[in-house]
Amino acid sequence: MLFYIIRRLITAVAMLLIVTLTTFVMFFAGPVDPARLTCAKNCTPAVVEGNRKFMGFDKPVMVQYGDFLKGIVVGRDYPDDPEMRANAPQTVAHCDAPCLGYSVLQNKSVTDIVKDTLPITGSIALSAFVLWMIVGVLGGIIAALNRGRWIDRVIVALALIGFSLPSFFIGLILLTFVAIKWEIVPVPAYTAFTENPFLWAQGLVLPAITLACIFAASYVRLTRAYMIETMSEDYIRTAKAKGVKPWTIVRRHGLRAALTPIVTAAGLDLGGLLGGAVITEQVFNFQGLGWTAVRSIVATDLPVIVGMVLVAAAFIVLANLVVDVLYGVIDPRVRLT
Amino acid sequence: MSSDHDPIKPAAGVSEMGMSGSAGAVELAEDEIQGAEARGEILGRTQRQIAWARFKRDKVSMAALVGSIIVVLLAVIAPLLEAVGLTNTTQGNPALVPEEGSLPSGAFGGMSTSHWLGVQPGSGKDLLSLILAGMTTSLQVAVFATAIAIVLGTLFGLIAGFAGGKIDWLISRFMDLVLSFPQVLMLLSLQLVLVAIIANVMGMSEAAPWPKKLFMIIVLGFFGWPYFARIIRGQVMSLRQREFVEAARSLGAKNGRLYLKELLPHLWAPILVYTSLILPQNISAEAALGFLGVGLNPPAVSLGSILNDSVVYAPSDPAYFLFPGGTVFLMVLAFNLLGDGLRDALDPKADRQ
Repeated sequence: MLFYIIRRLITAVAMLLIVTLTTFVMFFAGPVDPARLTCAKNCTPAVVEGNRKFMGFDKPVMVQYGDFLKGIVVGRDYPDDPEMRANAPQTVAHCDAPCLGYSVLQNKSVTDIVKDTLPITGSIALSAFVLWMIVGVLGGIIAALNRGRWIDRVIVALALIGFSLPSFFIGLILLTFVAIKWEIVPVPAYTAFTENPFLWAQGLVLPAITLACIFAASYVRLTRAYMIETMSEDYIRTAKAKGVKPWTIVRRHGLRAALTPIVTAAGLDLGGLLGGAVITEQVFNFQGLGWTAVRSIVATDLPVIVGMVLVAAAFIVLANLVVDVLYGVIDPRVRLT
Repeated sequence: MSSDHDPIKPAAGVSEMGMSGSAGAVELAEDEIQGAEARGEILGRTQRQIAWARFKRDKVSMAALVGSIIVVLLAVIAPLLEAVGLTNTTQGNPALVPEEGSLPSGAFGGMSTSHWLGVQPGSGKDLLSLILAGMTTSLQVAVFATAIAIVLGTLFGLIAGFAGGKIDWLISRFMDLVLSFPQVLMLLSLQLVLVAIIANVMGMSEAAPWPKKLFMIIVLGFFGWPYFARIIRGQVMSLRQREFVEAARSLGAKNGRLYLKELLPHLWAPILVYTSLILPQNISAEAALGFLGVGLNPPAVSLGSILNDSVVYAPSDPAYFLFPGGTVFLMVLAFNLLGDGLRDALDPKADRQ
């Protein structure tokens, strides 16, 4: 088992290194001059060259990549010049480990930007996750157990509608009607949990519903399909014949088997969302990772974009790793392949 | 759009019903079959006929098919309507938006007999015209992106599944790598780099609509194929054990023939099903990009860019976002239902009520 975990860990790290390298090459060795993008409107040749030195864009890409990796592990200085650090420390910006880069435009390290925005994205993603798991799995079970009856049809139809509703559309509807026109809830705004847990939860209601909608719908479909499949297995018939109570069969025999693939999917989905719920954040103006990424793209703030891509990729790879290891724990056959 | 789970039930067993089995069978006319059934005779039917009969019996699927055809037709004729002057996306009418903040007067965004869905706040352009033009853009991007995803997925899935060994390992790891990238963020950010290159290659200005469209097509297609490739790989892995492949090989068939003539015909069912399931994802992805303000630039019209424009008017003129948003929803719904229907019809394991 330990060997399996170590092997998976190595693959995950290798994957992240390749993702980092690819992203790095795409943005810093592409046709766009990264130094030109550091000063937006007040670009003069002197400023561009100054920033090029400051950011280290004058070095070969592979050296930049090495510096970047080093920065993640031990932190780094901008500009990376010991002489300047000794002579004029006020002109050097230090970026603590794990340093994900530095935004000249915002005068801030990317790590700090991530630290500021991650709690917002995390709040939306986690609250949506709880919502869609409850609604999706329960809905799927109810539909599967009542297969073919009207309640199944209603749930399946609702799931289809939810599955086809683009999140910007449902978000705009909720924001415009529920919050602004009918004033059922206040217009969502983010409050830190530590500041006021009640306002935190209140602000998250509409964003969570928006984000959860499409997932809840697809989890209904997923759960329903798996439940129908497991409930037609022979061991379920045996349990019925033994006289096990119906609910116990569902809980102990049916759900147990069906839940494994659902938990797998859930882990991967949550991992994907922690990198930024771009559309939901945009609709409700929640300044999380996704919102920041969109702003950085409009402002062509390359270091922030690269940092955001890496954070998102890290969550995806991490989720894959966790799911794989859990799978290995549950099912010993996985370890052998 | 980056959802990692596969909401689509694995189309297991679809491979069982390839077309090659029907190659020698006589295709029978529909009424002939019904006549024979009425007489209590048993007639051979091709898999395609069985699937079509099953599809036809499902009213929802048929409605989805009709809906999808209407969507495609509207998108195709929209430029023609514009050309003959029935719709107009360029000329606004300030007289139609007299209210404060240039809002249209009248209910539902200024609905009238000459402007069925009202007018655009600010300019007074006909909203129906804009939506129709947006559908054309949406489908252009979504169809080509889906084609890329399906072609790449089929190609890599076939090779990985059939070649096995090192090649399979390499392709599988490559798929893992592509899936490790945050798709939405890549779609957003890569345009800073790629649109300029594409515009350069095409010899167009960066602000022209086609470089951006092509960018969306390429990136959506590129990030869309790995899931589909996994499905195809799985199918091919079970197919390559079958006797007909061995028979062909023992007769000296080359790899090219095995791929194209023996394996590919067995894969048309998943290809068809996934085409109609990936397409709506791409439609909503294109709209989402436009909505985020990083899709096509004006004067090009897309459903997403209308939606982006509509955000500021949402509280005062909700019709302006409800109509284009509803259009995206209906397009996605129609293709999703079509995909579901196709899967049920083509999957022999699907329950026959």
